[in-house]
Order: sequence, then structure tokens, then C-alpha cells
Amino acid sequence: MLLPLLGALFIATLSKSKELLAKQITFATTLLVAIVGVAMATQFQRDNVDLQFVESHSWIPTFGINFAVGIDGIALVLILLSVLLAPVVVLAGWNEATGGRWSVKTFYIILLILETMMIGVFAASDVFLFYVFFEAMLIPVYFLIGGYGSGARAAAAVKFLLYSLFGGLLMLASIIALYVLSGEQGGHTFDLGALSQLHLSSTTENLLFLGFFIAFAIKAPLWPFHTWLPDAADSATPGTSVLLLGVLDKVGTFGMIHYCLALFPHASKTFTPVIIVLAVISVIYGAFLAIGQKDFKRLIAFTSISHFGFITLGIFAMTSQGHSGATLYMFNHGFSTAALFLIAGWMSARRGSSKIADFGGLQRVTPIMAWSFFFAGMSSLALPGLSSFVSEFLVLVGTYTRYPVAAVIAAFGIVLAAIYILIPVQRALHGPSTEGNETLTDLNLREKVAIAPVLAIILALGFYPSPLLNVINPAAQHVITKAGYSDPLPTIGSTSAEKETINK
Amino acid sequence: MTTFTTPSLSYALLAPILIVLGGAVLTVIFEAFLSKAIRPLVQLSVTLGTLVLALGQLWRIRNESSLTAAMGSVAIDGPAILLQGAVLILAILGVFLIADEDQFTVQAAAIPGSQEERESIQSGEKLTEIYPLTLFAVAGMMLFTISTDLITLFVALEMLSLPLYLMAGLARRRRLLSQEAALKYFLLGAFSSAFFLFGAAFLYGYSGSVSLAGIYDSVSGGTGNSVFLLVGIVFLSVGLLFKVGVVPFHAWTPDVYQGAPTPVTAFMAAATKVAAFGAILRIFYTAFANAYWDWRPFLSVIAIVTMIFGSLVAISQRDVKRMLAYSSIAHAGFLLTGVIALNKAGLEASIFYLFAYGIATLGAFGIVTLVRDSQGEVTDLSRWAGLGKRSPLVATVFATLLLAFAGIPLTSGFIGKFSIFSAAYESGNKSIVVVGVLSSAIAAYFYIRVIVLMFFTDPAEDGTSVTIPSNMTRLTIALSFVITIFLGVFPAPLLNFISSMAIFIR
Repeated sequence: MLLPLLGALFIATLSKSKELLAKQITFATTLLVAIVGVAMATQFQRDNVDLQFVESHSWIPTFGINFAVGIDGIALVLILLSVLLAPVVVLAGWNEATGGRWSVKTFYIILLILETMMIGVFAASDVFLFYVFFEAMLIPVYFLIGGYGSGARAAAAVKFLLYSLFGGLLMLASIIALYVLSGEQGGHTFDLGALSQLHLSSTTENLLFLGFFIAFAIKAPLWPFHTWLPDAADSATPGTSVLLLGVLDKVGTFGMIHYCLALFPHASKTFTPVIIVLAVISVIYGAFLAIGQKDFKRLIAFTSISHFGFITLGIFAMTSQGHSGATLYMFNHGFSTAALFLIAGWMSARRGSSKIADFGGLQRVTPIMAWSFFFAGMSSLALPGLSSFVSEFLVLVGTYTRYPVAAVIAAFGIVLAAIYILIPVQRALHGPSTEGNETLTDLNLREKVAIAPVLAIILALGFYPSPLLNVINPAAQHVITKAGYSDPLPTIGSTSAEKETINK
Repeated sequence: MTTFTTPSLSYALLAPILIVLGGAVLTVIFEAFLSKAIRPLVQLSVTLGTLVLALGQLWRIRNESSLTAAMGSVAIDGPAILLQGAVLILAILGVFLIADEDQFTVQAAAIPGSQEERESIQSGEKLTEIYPLTLFAVAGMMLFTISTDLITLFVALEMLSLPLYLMAGLARRRRLLSQEAALKYFLLGAFSSAFFLFGAAFLYGYSGSVSLAGIYDSVSGGTGNSVFLLVGIVFLSVGLLFKVGVVPFHAWTPDVYQGAPTPVTAFMAAATKVAAFGAILRIFYTAFANAYWDWRPFLSVIAIVTMIFGSLVAISQRDVKRMLAYSSIAHAGFLLTGVIALNKAGLEASIFYLFAYGIATLGAFGIVTLVRDSQGEVTDLSRWAGLGKRSPLVATVFATLLLAFAGIPLTSGFIGKFSIFSAAYESGNKSIVVVGVLSSAIAAYFYIRVIVLMFFTDPAEDGTSVTIPSNMTRLTIALSFVITIFLGVFPAPLLNFISSMAIFIR
């Protein structure tokens, strides 16, 4: 976990002129982190539901704060996602940093610091440590958007930062309350396990839950907290967008599982109906707005809102299929969005515009780029055989057993997904090549190398998702059990029995 | 005829404050007898030497505890050591900034724009009166934090205020603004002193004693007229709250912060806050501790209004010094929540917060002194645009200090904010915590706005530049930056130290 930070320090000592070296070191560092990450993942005991790779050092003993890390299956999957996407982003966005406000070197320093914090935020098992990463992470992203983005980048960066800070501060109030309550009930602590044992009155629990949930809902963008996302994604560089949508926003949904459910099981139950409604609205609303977009980057941003709706739905359906599906969805969405954003980034870099209308007939001019985009688009609309299908199916099945109506409405989201992906595919890739597109060049070797593993993972997990699911399932089951749920029996007409299980 | 007994003073325990006073007198003598050529250097070294020596003495007596060091009128206890130490450290860093003589007028008595003023500037002389004034103010601040009776408190209050009134009027450029600031500060300060005395009189009427311990006994015993107590508390608070600049006693803050020479603003903003909050903490935690039903409600209202008002008004500021002034008002509101908490955690958190805030403030104003054009300092925010491009290092440091003010994790401001809000929550004042958190969100906006201006806006071509700082200014800014980050990442040593010391004795 400290590896990226060392890389960042090392680059900081380099001189400004050695841009290439800075890039190479960054790539080597992220690649090394990815290898170490995968190696650690193979050491992970998947049937053990306790936290693994636990480490704890006393940090601020006065407040009972520890530098404590440890991961379960869900965190493992997200850490894998982060470490795998990082080298892809560096390689894919090789020239992204040129033309920014500051030097290329600074870009990579910030990027590596960000990677450190991404791993930290998923690994933290101390609530205070989690919060520190959660908030501190905003600053590097803020500078990445504001310093290296395009268009109204400063405004987008500020909007992003203010939304997130506001949510974060609400969470801080809740964390303070938890800290004080833990002091009243036998010793100040921030340990997640100990805090989940606290006795809370139902009003307190509900309020504290809201503090956490709103912070996460802003992060994960759930309707109606989503308005910062399209602007940020529009202005950021493609690589930053990938990290923003692919990894950072997952902190929101991860937090819902890891913190909301674990700390406030009863309040989660109370608010489930509201959240299910918000999630379904997100699915449909994001999809409809995506259909209306004229710009690739904004389109992908709105599809993500729709997808985050699915993830939230899966989480709050409170079934093990829903949870497994949601976690798998987070992983898959990371890769399919990464592919979409990177290719859209290359397209707009070549054409000088990211308007869908400016493209046409790319299939003839740049076949590899066009096919990659098509492939990534198919993954985004959950074509069977590609990874997203498995997770979307699991989420819908998991939801249907408990909230059939919500599942049915959300299923329309898939139909809309076909529209919002296929329309731009048709306009940009097929048909006669429009003016200004004849001379576009196809992907070069570096870009091919960057995109190939992403597409390969999408395909591989579509046919054979079990390596990941084997890791996720026990953890998901454990979360559900701890939150006081058991899976409803999937028999038709057993509504009364179902209600009983819920009431338990 | 009553017999006169010599007061017995325990010189060892009073050494820090006596050294500072001695140094102050010494610098006055030097001012009169030394030649102009060597005066600046001698005065500066004597001042710094005095402060460092006092700090050393303070360290020597850090484990002492006494109520009788000066006939019962001062207390030497953990918080007294901590607060005096904070004042001294901030003063040392402040003197580094003050050493930049270019900031001060040569002859304060000369009328702005007069022939006399021109002559004095041409003579190339330098103002050195600032050093004795600083030392007297520091001595007043130190005394303010340890006084245990109302008379000593008042003497200390005047001792720290009078030099500050003068120092505020010494700016070399924009002298009228500076003199206006000094006059405003003086008039309003005089009013607040009157309020303080009025309150003290009522408290004497209530308890028959001017010592904090005597008042505490009366409050605990329930004897005396409670109307007197209430009136006394309210008026005494007005006098004290004026010094820290909370709403509605804040009106002087932006004008004085803007008009005073920036090094003086830095010193005043950092050290005065420590001293005044030190006294407030001592008074409310000892004398009025058992009357909290009487003062908690109105202090809570003041804290809430201050936090919201300071944050909101700061948004619309166009001048960096005024913005920092309103930000200091908001921070005074946050600090009041620590007073209201009235528990050990609140005391510890307040002391940590005061220290962290003071350090960051010195650094921030230190940077303000660097951004100049041919006319002197540029404080208009719009002309700070693009600073990140021209001098990335200075802009980065300033941005970090602003993030610390905003309370972003990994800076000292976050630890301070967390500890002070958790102390307030622990004492049951949940609504204050919620307001505090929300106004932090508002406050974050205007700090970020400055960062946007520095980094994401293209510079205007108007000759604003960052001067090469003198070594001492550089040292202050660098130390402030390092301490701010260090306290954000490894706050444990200082927190433990504070925690082991922070118990008031009565």
C-alpha cells in the first residue's frame, strides 16, 4: 500500500525536464502494485469471513485512533479494481498531462498519491482512518480535474469538491457522535467491529445513518445528489474520469455496505424503502438523460448514474444475491466504464471534439477503435457473455425476491441501456464517414496494450465469474447475516412468510 | 493604621513573565541610548533572546503548580504553562515577521503626507519602538492567561491591549487606513474595558471577592444575589469576547486586521486569541463552572451566530486580509464551542486548537506580506490570480494553510476541529456541533475560492509579484507549514502532552 507513495516521493525528486522518466516510473510503480495486489489476492482465504491482512498501529492514542487496516472479500475486490485500473490509466493516458496547468511530473505525483489513498480507503478498518482517506482523497482529485482537465475545469473541480466536502462533514458529525457514544459505553474507540456493537436509540441511529448515507449517496451519485458528476466527468481528463467513476465513486457504494449496514442495521432497515425508490429513480432517470446527451463524456457519466442505481438497489435489497451482484457490479462497472471513457477520450483527442454528432463511420476509418468502443458499449448494456450481465442479473434476481415491483421497473433500465448505447454506436461508428473524420488514425500499439487487458477481463468475467464470486459470496452472506437478514425463500405466493423473515 | 506586609513573590515561578517584562524595560532603555545604526539589530536580538529565555524558564517549571506565586493573584498550573508557552512560541514566530522593518512607518507621529514624513523617510531610519511594544504586549498576554483575580485580569487586559492599539497604527503604507484602524481599535477597546470593569464590580457585589476562587465559592454555596451574578457574568463576557472578536462584538476585527501592518496583524491574530481564550477558559472553567445554567445558553447562541455569520460574510470579501479576519471570527465561534463544552476534553481541544490555529495564521499572514507590487502589499484578492503559476511554492504553502483552516484531514485544523466538536458533543450540545459542521462546509467554500484563484485562474498583467522573503520570514512560513502538516499527521505527542497538563487548579 505504501508503494505508490514511495514512487510519488521518488518522482518528486526528479527534475521537471525528465517527463518520460516520470511516466515510466509511474507506470512501473502502478504495475508493481498491481502485481503485488494480485499476489496478495491469491493469498486471501475466501471462506474466512473475518478481516484478513490485518495490521494495526496506534496512531492518536488520546482519541483511541489506530492506523488499522484489514480487508474482507468485498474490499479485496475493490482494491483489485483500483490497482488493476491504475496502470491501465497511466498507459492509456500517456500524453494526458501535457497541456495542463502544471508540469507532467506533478500530474504523476498526484496520481500516485491518489492511488495510495484509494487503497487506504478500502482497507481501513478504523472509522477515523477511513474518514481521513475519504476526505483527503478529494484534494488530489480536485487538482487533477482543475489542473489538467478541459473546458470549465475550475468550476467543475470546485463543484465536485464542495459537494463531497458537504457530505463528508455530515459524516464527520455522525462519526463524532459514534465516538462520544463509544466513550459512554466503555472506552473511546474507532474500531469498526467495536462500534457496530454499540447500543443506539432508534432516533440516534436513524440520524447517524443519514449522516453516513448522504455522504455516500453524494459520492456514489444517487439521484438527487448526482449533479456534480456530469460536469466533473466532462471536464476531467479521460484517465481522471476513469479513476473518478471507476474507483472513487465506488467508495460510496462500498461505504453503504461496509459502514451503513454494519454500523446501523436497524436504521438501514427503516430507510430501505426510501433508498430503493431513490435507486430505481436513479436507474431510470440516468438512463433517460443518457439518451438525451449529445456528448460522449456526459453520456457515459449519466449511464454511470443509472448503473450506480443498480448497485444501490442490489445493496439495499438485502439478499445475498443482491449483495454479491452489487459488489461484482462495482468491479465490472469499473472496467466497462474505464473502456468507454478511455476510448471516448482517444476519439475526442483525435477529432478535437467529444460531440457524438461530430463522428460518423468510424468503423471504416479506425476499425479497432470502433470495435473496442462497441465491445465496451455492449458490456455497459449487459449483453450476456460479457461481465456486466452476470452482475446485473444477480442484482435483479436478488431484488425481485424481496421487491418485485422495484426489480421490474429497474429492468426497464436495461431496455433503455440498449437505446442509449446503440444510438451513439450507430451514429458514430456506422454510416458514411462524415467530414473531418477521414484522416483519423487508429489505435497505436500503446493504446492497444492498454485497452486489451480491460476488454479481456470483461469477456473473461462474462463467461467465468466464479473466481470473483467465490471471494465475494461468503463476505456478502456475512454482511447480510450481520445486518439481521436471511434470504427470502424464492417460492411464489409466500408473501406472508416473506414478511415474517423481514420482521425478524 | 493597618500594618503593611511585604508581598511574598515566588520569583522562580514567575520567572518567565518577569523575564519578558525585564526585556521590555531593557529595550525601552536601548531605544533611548543606543545609536540609530546599531539599534535595529540589538533590539531584535534582545527581543528574541528574551522570549527564548522565557520559554526556557517556562519549560523548567512545567511540572510546578501553585496558587500562591503572587499573593493569590496568579495561578501556575498546567493550562497556565501551556498557554504561556503557546503565546511565547507564537510571539517568537511573530517577531520574525515583525523584523521586516519595511512594513513600518519611520516616524509614527508624523502626519501622513507631510513634509516631516518625507524627511523621515529620506533619512533612511528604521522604526524600532515596535520591539518594546511587542514585549509589553506579550507580557500582558502571559499574565492574562494566569490571572486568578479580576483586578489582575484587568491590569493584564490593559497591558496587552495598549501596545496593540499603538502597533496597529504603525503601517508604512496606507497610513491613514492604519491610523483609522488603530483609533477604532482603541475606542472600541476602551468601551469593552469599561464593560469588563462594570461586570467585575457586579461580581464583587455578588460574592464580596474579586478572586475567581471566591466567586466560585459563592456560586457553589448559592449565597448572594443571583441577579448580580448574571449581570456580572454578562458584562465580563462582553469585555472578554470583544478581544476574541465574536459576533456581535466583532465589528473592529476586519478593519483592524486590514489596516494594521501585516506582521502586527499576524501577531495579534495568533497570540491575542490564545491569551483571550486562555483567560475565558480559566474564568468559565473555574469561577463560573457551577453557574453554567446561567451562561451556557447565551454563549451557545453567540457561538452559533458567530460561526454562521463569520463563514457567510467571509464569502463576499474581496481583500485577503479582510477574508482572513472574517475567517478568524468563524474560528472564534468554533473555539467558543470548546468553552461551552466545559469538560476536560473541551479544555484540551481548545488549547490544541488555539496553538494549531495560531501557527497557521502566522504562516498565512506571513505569505500575505510577500505578495507585493511597487506600492507595497497587494491584498486585493483579484490580483492574487495566477499566483500558483508565478510562484508555485508560495501558493502551495498558502493553499495548505487554507486547507488547514478549512479542516481538511492530514492538517492540524482537522484534528483541532474534530477534537473540539467531539468535546462539545460529549457535553450534550449536539445542535452546536451540527451548526459547526455546516458552517465548516460554508467556510470551506471561501478557502477553496482563493485556491481556485491562485491555481486555476490566469494571472492578470499588473506587476504583482512575490518578493524574495527575508530569512526570518521564510523561517516563520516554513515552520508554520511544517508544524501544520506535522500536527495533522502525528498529533499524538502534543495531544498527550496537553492531556497530561490540562487541569485548572482553583
